[in-house]
Amino acid sequence: MRDVMRKQGFFTIELLTALGLIAAPFVLPLVGFAPTTINRILIWGLFGIGFDILFGFTGLLSFGQSAFYGTGGMVAAYLLTEMNFPNVTVALFIGMIAAALVGYLVGLIALRRTGIYFAMITVAIAEVFFFVEFNPLSAYTGGENGLPGVPTPVINLGFTILHFDSDRSLYAFLAFWFFIGMVIALRIVRSPVGVILSAIRDNPLRASAVGHNIHGYKLTAFVIAAAYAGFAGGLLGVMQAFMPPDAFMFDTSGQLVMQTAIGGAGTLFGPLVGAAVWLYLSDFLQNALHLGATWKLVLGLVFVLLVCFLRRGLVGGIKDVYALVAARIGQKVAPAAVPLPLPAISPEEEKVTRLAVAKEPAPAPMPALRRRDDDYSGPIIQATGLTKRFGGLVANSDIDFSVARGERRGIIGPNGAGKTTFFKMLTCEMAPTSGRIVFRGRDITGMTVTDVCQLGLTKSYQVNQLFTRLTVRDNVTIAALAELRGQFRLDMFRSLRNMPGLAEQVARTLALVDLTGRADRPVASLAYGEKRRLEVGLALASAPSLLLLDEPLAGMSPAERIEMVKLLKSIGQGRTMIIIDHDMDSLFELVERVTVLQEGRVLVEGTPAEIKGNKAVQEAYLGGVRAA
Amino acid sequence: MINWANFISQCFNGLVLGALLALISSGLTIIYGTLGVLNLAHGAMFMLGGYAGWLTYTYTGSFIAAVFAGSLFVMVVGVVMERVVIRYFYGRPHEDQLLVTFGLGIVFVETIRFFFGSLTKSVPPPAPLVGITPLGFMFYPTYRLALLGIVAAALLALYVVLYRTRIGMIVRAGIEDSVMVDSLGIDVYKVFMLVFGIGAMAAGFAGIVNAPVVSIAPDVGEGILVQTFVVVVIGGVGSFPGAVLGGLIAGEIISITSMFNPGYAYVMLFVAMTLVLVVRPYGLLGTAGRE
Repeated sequence: MRDVMRKQGFFTIELLTALGLIAAPFVLPLVGFAPTTINRILIWGLFGIGFDILFGFTGLLSFGQSAFYGTGGMVAAYLLTEMNFPNVTVALFIGMIAAALVGYLVGLIALRRTGIYFAMITVAIAEVFFFVEFNPLSAYTGGENGLPGVPTPVINLGFTILHFDSDRSLYAFLAFWFFIGMVIALRIVRSPVGVILSAIRDNPLRASAVGHNIHGYKLTAFVIAAAYAGFAGGLLGVMQAFMPPDAFMFDTSGQLVMQTAIGGAGTLFGPLVGAAVWLYLSDFLQNALHLGATWKLVLGLVFVLLVCFLRRGLVGGIKDVYALVAARIGQKVAPAAVPLPLPAISPEEEKVTRLAVAKEPAPAPMPALRRRDDDYSGPIIQATGLTKRFGGLVANSDIDFSVARGERRGIIGPNGAGKTTFFKMLTCEMAPTSGRIVFRGRDITGMTVTDVCQLGLTKSYQVNQLFTRLTVRDNVTIAALAELRGQFRLDMFRSLRNMPGLAEQVARTLALVDLTGRADRPVASLAYGEKRRLEVGLALASAPSLLLLDEPLAGMSPAERIEMVKLLKSIGQGRTMIIIDHDMDSLFELVERVTVLQEGRVLVEGTPAEIKGNKAVQEAYLGGVRAA
Repeated sequence: MINWANFISQCFNGLVLGALLALISSGLTIIYGTLGVLNLAHGAMFMLGGYAGWLTYTYTGSFIAAVFAGSLFVMVVGVVMERVVIRYFYGRPHEDQLLVTFGLGIVFVETIRFFFGSLTKSVPPPAPLVGITPLGFMFYPTYRLALLGIVAAALLALYVVLYRTRIGMIVRAGIEDSVMVDSLGIDVYKVFMLVFGIGAMAAGFAGIVNAPVVSIAPDVGEGILVQTFVVVVIGGVGSFPGAVLGGLIAGEIISITSMFNPGYAYVMLFVAMTLVLVVRPYGLLGTAGRE
């Protein structure tokens, strides 16, 4: 039922967008928007939708979108003017494809790095486009003159011919494409791909560790943004009947970034709102207040103040206020993070205080996924001669290690014994200096963490690696998606609700780690023990056949520890687990065999009872007993 | 048909431009390395240095006073900017830092445009350095020769400060691990403010000493900023030697390509950057993990 309600909720956004677009040309002029300004806002808004998917949803701040805007615009304009191409709409699409192709190539280079490097590289690349357009390609682009004479669209519907040659009719043409662009973007954002993009923004490391090929998805977002930019660039030429060369300028990219930040990134509508504010103010300051060139100074100041004090932009601010007001009224509102359209299983009563004694783990353990090589009967994982050197420091030295299927193995050792390094090599987060790792009879040495997770080997981290801006449910969903869809798939138009098996797997994982009652909470609001359980839940959601747990009990209160041990026991059934922890009592209770590491080597291996009585182990931990 | 005299002269131009880019980029890179903030207003700092120097020159007629005033003014701007705005962005995502410095850059540029207009201003070189110098095999503008020396001296000074003084040691330690420096009982915020000031000053100094070669305009910093980015990507972020090496490479690429066709200067720069990214993603002298 909730499913249906949400569905209605979704079409509401599309419906409201359509209504808004229909009303805008009648309402906006009343408050002083010129018709051409309204048309411009739509173009910037469409340009911005793609950019928002890249920046707001994926977290990649590009200062080089002008390259694709210009490319799309120039290709379309060249076709329409120099080549006398007859169909404006088709030319726009060709421009869009050209921009997307260029985006793909640029993305291959720019996405080699992230963060500020990415920003710097995009700036540099866009600058190259500007110079290329001006000089080597000026025969095609008109150089500093641009390409004049871009025709207006004419569409023959068979029974009537539509001419889009006035401001008003052009508005209809632009609004139509904006609407299509928005509908597509909303679908993308609500698809599995959209969720994974948010995951990449929040924690790229974990997104790849749960089994998503994040490079592929980043490139996807980059190409989407380039395609939107290209189409919008084409529309600019059509609207002005002239393709200006300054579409390629750094200012274009900068203005897009500023408008998006003003309107609110991560909202899809932010760029539109930002463009409206920007263009309105610039008209107002120049025409009404006669400020001349100073308008840009004023807008720059407005922008800086907004970034300082309203970090989620106008749309984000409105959402926050709405949430606040709605909460006052006593309504139950969605948390700040955009909830995913998943059917919820009925939430349990939330328990403010958790009493470990009263709790019994009810849910049935989720079985490891059956995989093709399930009949393989040797050790599930086997490492031979595993060595890791960091310069002169030898963290792991010649470790031979083997775990039988279904076994629960503990790894202990004093701090600095190389336990975490060892785990990092097993999960292929770190390549060994030498040695071999065989997982279920398959050599995985040199594979990526993503590949290995897809094969059924994953890890929960020593320090929580969660998607902190998303809800608990989203977190688990992201991990489950990797298992259901593989590491890369472009199902951009598929709703999350139509993923077979997803809801069940998410619900089961949530129940297993006892977070069902917290499912729609943002992760940031969880207690530490809960975050810790979610950390394990993320590893579990991909239904691994071998689960590595790096200090799952670290930093927990005694009551939380009891809970966690219970949880680990229940998930251990039908699954192989290797656990690192310093809490010997809990660990010895959990595992069947223990490997002791000391100074990067295997000191001894045996049952918990054997280890407890072992002299060498006691010495390793207490050191210098003999001397005393 | 390469004209060798022309070629050598272009190589010299490349050296001068390269040294200049090296200086500006080291400013950017030590700020990023220490504070973790990429200052998109760095190009505006270059521009401000030029204007402050030009203003001083018009009133005093002294080039030396102009250089001092330009550098000091920009240093003050940097310190104030760190204290008033940037400090509140350390805890915020990189994207917010980029946005706010980008916005501040625009505010600086437009403020200058508001007061001094869009037309270019020029500062003549000091009297003893006017004219051309015969180098035996070619003639070369005297001031450009001097500029090479001036910028090299500035780079050396920066090197001495970074590698031979106590404060420089703290700054370099801060590049490696600013949290650790803080817990050692050093007021890391004071260091941050100083680093921001020094980094900005490097750009400001470059802005005024370059004014006799390229006249100044409000948006003169924009192109410089882009070139600086390429330098930093080539050299490796947070690395002073990387900035110097990257600067010289970029300067030569721009100058030599311009000899054949200026339109391709950026294309070649970009090709070089791409090559570096493919072969050594962290830059020629960069270290993994600094981003």
